[in-house]
Amino acid sequence: MKYLDEYKNQGAAEQISKQIKLLSDKLYVKDKKINIMEVCGSHTMAIARYAIRELLPENISLISGPGCPVCVTDTGYIDAAIELAEKGVIITTFGDMINVPGTKKTLAICRSEGCKVEICYSPLNAIEIAEKNINKEVVFLAIGFETTMAPNIAMLEIASKKNLKNISILTAFKLIPPALEALSMDPEISIDAFLCPAHVSAIIGVKAYEPFVQKHKIPCLIASFEPVDIMLGIQGILQQLADKDPHLENQYARVVKYNGNEIAQQLFNKYLEEYDASWRGIGKIPKSGLKLKKEFAYFDASAKHDVKIAVGKPNKACRCGDVLKGKINPSECPMFAKKCTPMNPVGPCMVSSEGSCAAYYKYLRK
Amino acid sequence: MCLAIPMQIKDLLDGDMATVISDGAETKISTTLIKNPKPGEYVVIHAGFAIEKLDETEAKIRIDLFNELAEVNRENYAG
Amino acid sequence: MLKNIQLAHGGGGKLSAELIENEIVSRFGEGPLKGLPDAASLDEINGKIIFSTDSYVVQPIEFEGGNIGNLAVHGTVNDISVAGGKAKWLSLALILEEGLEIKVLRRILDTIKKSANECGVKIVTGDTKVVAKGQCDSIYINTSGIGEALPEFNLSRHFIKKGDKILVSGNIGDHGMAVLASREGINIENGPKSDTGTVHRLVQSAYKYAKDVRFMRDPTRGGVATVLNEAVSNTEIGVLLESSKIPLDPGTSAIAELLGIELLNVACEGRMLLIASPEATDKILTDWKKLPEGKNAAIIGEINADKERVSIKTITGGIRLVDVPMGELLPRIC
Repeated sequence: MKYLDEYKNQGAAEQISKQIKLLSDKLYVKDKKINIMEVCGSHTMAIARYAIRELLPENISLISGPGCPVCVTDTGYIDAAIELAEKGVIITTFGDMINVPGTKKTLAICRSEGCKVEICYSPLNAIEIAEKNINKEVVFLAIGFETTMAPNIAMLEIASKKNLKNISILTAFKLIPPALEALSMDPEISIDAFLCPAHVSAIIGVKAYEPFVQKHKIPCLIASFEPVDIMLGIQGILQQLADKDPHLENQYARVVKYNGNEIAQQLFNKYLEEYDASWRGIGKIPKSGLKLKKEFAYFDASAKHDVKIAVGKPNKACRCGDVLKGKINPSECPMFAKKCTPMNPVGPCMVSSEGSCAAYYKYLRK
Repeated sequence: MCLAIPMQIKDLLDGDMATVISDGAETKISTTLIKNPKPGEYVVIHAGFAIEKLDETEAKIRIDLFNELAEVNRENYAG
Repeated sequence: MLKNIQLAHGGGGKLSAELIENEIVSRFGEGPLKGLPDAASLDEINGKIIFSTDSYVVQPIEFEGGNIGNLAVHGTVNDISVAGGKAKWLSLALILEEGLEIKVLRRILDTIKKSANECGVKIVTGDTKVVAKGQCDSIYINTSGIGEALPEFNLSRHFIKKGDKILVSGNIGDHGMAVLASREGINIENGPKSDTGTVHRLVQSAYKYAKDVRFMRDPTRGGVATVLNEAVSNTEIGVLLESSKIPLDPGTSAIAELLGIELLNVACEGRMLLIASPEATDKILTDWKKLPEGKNAAIIGEINADKERVSIKTITGGIRLVDVPMGELLPRIC
């Protein structure tokens, strides 16, 4: 695939590996690890899939943060989706939601019981389904960070132009920059640098990280999800630390622009407003969520169909909160791979296909 | 999933849509989020939408950088 | 002239007889099927009998590179071939949905005839049923096959030894991706082509090294990852694959990237895996590459002592697990 395959350069990977070793030796301090956190499920998966963590020297620690939108959404969201399905609404959703457990069941089980749950590859599929089923209500499960928000809201623009009245979205939109702020302020974790998400950054732009970097003066580096790009990104972070020159660095300039995607941002301003969202396993983060403005209540499945998203009660033994904040590695949770597996997930990190625990289980478990 | 993949615009279609192509395979996507899409340009596709254009100059700079690193690696082995 | 299958076509009466005469006998009526006996009388064979059965419910029934007819023949022939046999006879049982277009049925039956000839097998017995609209999806097929065991093969995953090498006969994942790309809602054109095909010539070509061949399998549902995990389960051995050596079609890879799918988990329907001693795999590879169906064959890994684990060395040099895929990744692909 053009502009993808060329980046899978084994020779470059080998050289960068050596350069990382040199820098980490230079930065070595006894009993101290350099903690680099990534906050996007796609980075979590790529790092696990290409075994990048395993290549890094002992004193460099790559931590997975709360980058999986499914993981940080309450069980109540699935319960609300199931409630809608059982009311006769056609639920349209990305495939990764289908096996996420609600309080009693999953959407897959709901479908096997006769509910209409359609897997989509794009919110555009939901529009097609709404057009084909004009006498039924269609709801799209709109869960995600800024990257996914853009197609979801663009879909509402398209629905408006087509004058479609039978489509709405159940939202659980969360924002990355406030999460970075909350993680940096948490006294129990010590993060030395952030590896910033590729496509969230494409939407929000390099500029979105400036206030954060100015305030906290830690390296923030934007990298693509390609394995060699990630390695060079890690090298870039280590170089900043070695030079004692923490700053905002964009290593994905081929896609991420300074101002980001202004059309997407304008659509967000038109349809959405901020609120203090609850992140499962972490708690409330100020101004970290976006929901539909009241004037667009007809697109808001929660308002339109009178369905609430309850905040769930966490399982006391579940250590997901600590995994999400990067305090512990998945294998350090006592339930990991024993009571809690992808087939029988206890907590959100194992539930989603790109959760830290799911990634670790799939690619790295001993 | 924030996976987004580069594909090339083949044709522009009505209703802010476009056909994109990669390795012979074609699919239709929405260009609602892109300013002035043109055939021949590369865009990054997520969930059926182009979310940004790919800057080919920057893309090539990065490819060249990787090739240089690979060259240094080869020389180190030889030398 | 009726355009669609009616319930009466399965009723045993005049319409049934017409369907069988026009569509089945006309294509398969020579040999044991002549005269439509209730059961086929077959010649004796030498040595052990290899017997296999499979049912085919793929959706959609026609996809880029093939249709359910190809799968129904290749699938069962391949199972017999990788069990170390030479397939001879197939049964063909059809369950048709009321309303199925007869021209579609004809396309599928033509494909079955062509594939059977290609594999050197005869359709010797069969059955046709019709169910009411909605009670099946267009057409379901079952084929059962009989073959004769090739006596020099002595195959078992328990014979696999540390140091043995793993051969794959061509690009992986084409079939599963072709079927997925043909589905509604994905709208891909000129996408991946199914690799549906026979492996019997590959098995025959490897036969001269039979004493060094430990294990053969065709990676259908669950792909290469599933076959290799099953092979090492409850053993003292493991697998290390080399990602740069795994042959992939660029178009299939592109769609897999677009949909976020791992090709090691995706079904092939015309490929085989073979595990043998290092010397034998080198020779088999050379011979396979001379066959059109083996042109992209490659040695993709080797057996080690990493008990019950299948791992892969990635482009970064790091090694990670290749797990069995979970659940309904790609439903109804064969």
